Amino acid sequence: MSLFRTELRRLAKRRFARWMTAAGLLVLVLVAAGLFISNQKIGPEQWAEAERAADRQHQEQVQWAEQERVNCERAKAAGDAVDYYPSDCAEISAPPREVIEAQWFLPSTFNFRESFGDLLIPLAGILAMVGFVVGASFVGAEWNTGGMMNLLLWRPKRLTVLLTKLGALLTGLLALALPASVAWFGSLWLVATWRGTTEKMTSGVWQSFLLTGLRGIVLAMVATTVGFALASLGRHTAMALGGAIAVMVVGQVGLGILLGVAGVRFAEAWLLPTYAYAWMTKTVTLQDWRSCHATYSGECKPATLDITWQQSSLLFTVAVVVFLGAAMWAMRRRDIT
Amino acid sequence: MPAVLEIEGLRKTYRSRRRGTRNALDGFDMRVEAGQVHGFLGPNGSGKTTTLRTLLGLIGPDGGRMTILGHPVPEALPQVAGQVGAIVESPQFFPHFTARDTLSLLASAGEVPAQRVDEVLELVGLRDRAGERVKTYSLGMKQRLAVASALLKNPRLLILDEPANGLDPGGIREMRTLMRNLAESGMTVVLSSHILGEIQLICDSVTIISLGRRVAFGPVDEVLAQHSSGAVRVRLEAVTDLPAAAAALTRAGVRVTPNHDHLMLAGVDKPATVTRLLAEQGLYVSELAPVAVDLESVFLELTATAPVPGQHRQVDQSVRIDGAEPSAPAGGGWGA
Ligand SMILES: Nc1ncnc2c1ncn2[C@@H]1O[C@H](COP(=O)(O)OP(=O)(O)O)[C@@H](O)[C@H]1O
Ligand SMILES: [Mg+2]
Repeated sequence: MSLFRTELRRLAKRRFARWMTAAGLLVLVLVAAGLFISNQKIGPEQWAEAERAADRQHQEQVQWAEQERVNCERAKAAGDAVDYYPSDCAEISAPPREVIEAQWFLPSTFNFRESFGDLLIPLAGILAMVGFVVGASFVGAEWNTGGMMNLLLWRPKRLTVLLTKLGALLTGLLALALPASVAWFGSLWLVATWRGTTEKMTSGVWQSFLLTGLRGIVLAMVATTVGFALASLGRHTAMALGGAIAVMVVGQVGLGILLGVAGVRFAEAWLLPTYAYAWMTKTVTLQDWRSCHATYSGECKPATLDITWQQSSLLFTVAVVVFLGAAMWAMRRRDIT
Repeated sequence: MPAVLEIEGLRKTYRSRRRGTRNALDGFDMRVEAGQVHGFLGPNGSGKTTTLRTLLGLIGPDGGRMTILGHPVPEALPQVAGQVGAIVESPQFFPHFTARDTLSLLASAGEVPAQRVDEVLELVGLRDRAGERVKTYSLGMKQRLAVASALLKNPRLLILDEPANGLDPGGIREMRTLMRNLAESGMTVVLSSHILGEIQLICDSVTIISLGRRVAFGPVDEVLAQHSSGAVRVRLEAVTDLPAAAAALTRAGVRVTPNHDHLMLAGVDKPATVTRLLAEQGLYVSELAPVAVDLESVFLELTATAPVPGQHRQVDQSVRIDGAEPSAPAGGGWGA
């Protein structure tokens, strides 16, 4: 217990952890502010303004059509054969007013019910990223500065030390993720209240948001654990970060290109972000347009492949078991020099 | 006296795919008794740090037995860790924390009362700089911090690997006083070093290691006496009697090197026997002086690392004793 409290203190004292947390929160604040600025509440005033805008648009079209018709007639009179004018210049006319709908001119508005679910994805992404780098640096820096060795002189039970550190790290992550999720919900609710609508929030919708939020937190915990395990294995923060970047850039992009060239069907099914996305949205449907054969009616139905959150959870479990297992095994066995 | 630290037949082989294997410890023995300041001496790369790391459970041994305070280690390390304060090799700390934070985190991990942090900072002379980040410390200051971290537990056994590294002369002297005071208060101190003057000044006993094996051990004066090679200088009242004396002593099995006004004897156990032998021949000794040796020359002799003019000794060129009798007492068993 004393070790756990110590590790929590250590985590809180780490400047890198503080800065990363602050940076992550700042991004969220900026997104919320952006949503606040770019959205508006829709009332009679906005509708009236939209009607006026539609009118203006119509007017412009009428003027433009008039102008063109005059040009057309002039060209015809001069005997020029201008092929982009119709044979009968009277055909050039503005569309009727009803075709131009006022709702096209409504400012964008924030519909909580429609948007909040999707906006939980950037929250989860940022928490996962912060968790990964902080987790990696927390144990990686400890290894490569000799802090781990010092600690083991006090606490010789290696696995206990490693797992207590991980426990403290995950506790720290939860201490960040839970309030951050609540604050995210709160600020977007305010955005919706002032710059949109919070209508039609049924209990089913609430439940779905809650579950998505929880899945986001689980995703962040998985990323944190993997970052921690990789850095502990490599005994260096850079190993985990470099590894992650290598996987992201070389692995994923390269793999994507390679699969594309090889013409593999459903190439995205081989890419990690697909699974993270599927985890958050419950399912991702991949489409293969090449296997689309035009039917007699001219309709085209691509072949599809569903990636479900269950598949993602399997992948995450395997990743955690493999990396954490390897880190624990190495911790038990290796010489600390 | 009970042994605080016992090592028998310790073996450690470092394996690496590229560089092959290296027997860093090859049947090493060591024994430290309670309340002593024990010097652990050896040339660079002889296995001192490896021994201490193994003892503290940082690396796994390939064979041998070790006990600390009567408990077998590494099995019982969790029980004894609270009573063993140690620094191993160069002091390393997380560079962005202050000295006080570093110690306070260790103290709370080890359930040591927080006020102990200030006590040890005072003890090692870092009180006024404790609020600064370790990154900004000089090597000697880091070394002091390392000693502070080892003292934090108020241990019964204190293990310091080359604590004098980077210390200024004043710091070395303070460290010496500190060690003595700690030993007087009942703490057992094991001190690895290659600064022999230091060791000779503060240690009660020593273990000398070369290429992973013990080459000598025991109380400092005994080791010195045994390895003075029994060198004795003899002067007689009459210089003309020297040849007769040399002959008599040679007959008695003493190795004699005649000089123009004195004889140098080697392999003399008790100088008194020389007096008696010569008196029986009617030769009168005017001076009989055991040639004083210091630990440094004993060390150089035992490990065969004395510099030879015109040669550049490489690190692993030191004495290797054969494994037949690894626990041979000092005075016998070491090779050429
Ligand atoms: N991690 C390691 N891997 C391989 N060889 C090592 C390692 N650590 C030490 N050694 C080798 O073991 C021998 C003993 O080293 P060490 O115990 O550090 O010596 P000392 O502390 O007496 O100077 C040296 O030859 C050294 O090169
Ligand atoms: Mg060393």
